[in-house]
Amino acid sequence: MGLELYLDLLSQPCRSIYIFARSNNIPFEFKHVELFKDSVLGKRPAAGSGAEQPRAGPSNSEGTGKVSLLKKVPALKDGDFTLAECTAILLYLSRKYNTPDHWYPSDIQKRARVDEYLSWHHANIRANAPKTMWIKVLIPLFTGQPLPSEKLQEVMEGLSASLKQFEERFLQDKAFIIGSEISLADLVAIVELMQPVGVGCDIFEDRPRLMEWRRRVEDAVGKELFFQAHEMLLNIKELSNIQIDPQLKEQLAPVLMKMLK
Amino acid sequence: MGLELYLDLLSQPCRALYIFARSNNIPFEFKRVQLMKGQHKTEEFRKVNMLMKVPALRDGSFTLAESIAILLYLTQKFKTPDHWYPSDLQKRARVDEYLSWQHANIRMKGSKVFLTKVLLPILTGQPLSAEKLEFVIEDLNVILKQFEEKFLQDKPFIAGSEISLADLVALVELMQPVGAGYNLFEERPKLAEWRRRVEEAVGKELFQEAHEEIMNIKNLTADQFAPELLESFKQQFLKLISQN
Repeated sequence: MGLELYLDLLSQPCRSIYIFARSNNIPFEFKHVELFKDSVLGKRPAAGSGAEQPRAGPSNSEGTGKVSLLKKVPALKDGDFTLAECTAILLYLSRKYNTPDHWYPSDIQKRARVDEYLSWHHANIRANAPKTMWIKVLIPLFTGQPLPSEKLQEVMEGLSASLKQFEERFLQDKAFIIGSEISLADLVAIVELMQPVGVGCDIFEDRPRLMEWRRRVEDAVGKELFFQAHEMLLNIKELSNIQIDPQLKEQLAPVLMKMLK
Repeated sequence: MGLELYLDLLSQPCRALYIFARSNNIPFEFKRVQLMKGQHKTEEFRKVNMLMKVPALRDGSFTLAESIAILLYLTQKFKTPDHWYPSDLQKRARVDEYLSWQHANIRMKGSKVFLTKVLLPILTGQPLSAEKLEFVIEDLNVILKQFEEKFLQDKPFIAGSEISLADLVALVELMQPVGAGYNLFEERPKLAEWRRRVEEAVGKELFQEAHEEIMNIKNLTADQFAPELLESFKQQFLKLISQN
């Protein structure tokens, strides 16, 4: 049994792992997890630090522990070893498969820049970008409530502020975050920024420098692979037709209503 | 000009850095940045970190923000003992896993307890809302359970038998609500044991020294803040509290 990656490509961290693994020809078994179809109870992979039950905790969090029901992806299983958290998985793969240096440079200062971005990302880009999907698509879908436009405005403002910092502090005038070559930092950033695009908030529209960077990242990983990874997201309207697991709907509705506050 | 670390020991990530550097005898110049006095907003500090946050590092012409990045930089540059960031692939992954997870969990929930219990009442002049406090404490309790069950389990430390960056980063965050008066170790013997082990591993005296200010935070009064910043701090923290 080789490397298994548990992924749902609607999830940003899952896409970065998928793109990274495919782009580097890392052999893995794609374990497709459909977050909105599979009941989160009992069908989860036994991902975790040796825990036998389905994981309820460690995985990418969108800022609210209560929605941890969905946070079973991404997950990695390599023999007996299981691992959660996008950054940890990307780093594990880069080390185990000796991927080209630029992904996570051995140069101490360049590496520090990647670490710096990967850390800042959590409380900034990742704090806001995912909410666009919750607010525009998921909340209306799960609760039957109309789209709360004020809330969306708030989130877009927060995201704008983060994007400004991203451009001024992290990207600046460079081709990529660390300089002339793509690294894990760019990959983690881009998949997150595609989330609002997928739900109709095109944040690249009025930001030419960001758009140029996006084109470079797509070229670096392979345009075809990039689009394939984002296909589900870019066809999000299909989600409305999906049969949502009623148990999941019941569990999430109150949590999502709270998010609307 | 050697290594400079820009720190305010009231900040959890700053304490992790301070303890790590001192514990490993890494020579550095301690540059105090008092957040309450707005020293993070000065032109001088902006040159070190334009994000205007602590901690920050300056090593010659190289500047760096984000405590995790700085910790990793120091482990590499000063070749600290392996257990801090193990070269073993799987152990290292465990440390990475915790360092990633903690941002939106222990760090966020622990900070909220601190904000709700100590900072906001002072900044708003409003009495502490018992309901709000209960809410944020419950949130933190859920995360503490996950921490014990998924990360610590029955091991002495997160990565196994030796302390790593993960334990240090975790403990300094948990000391924030403790400083605010929520003694979360009281009814959690496993966690309390782990805390003792971490303190011993870094040096009890150093740990206590690093936490002196935060442990006296209940004496904080509004006049210790730069008056012109009171309003902006209040708005900033109110916003933080309202985020999921």
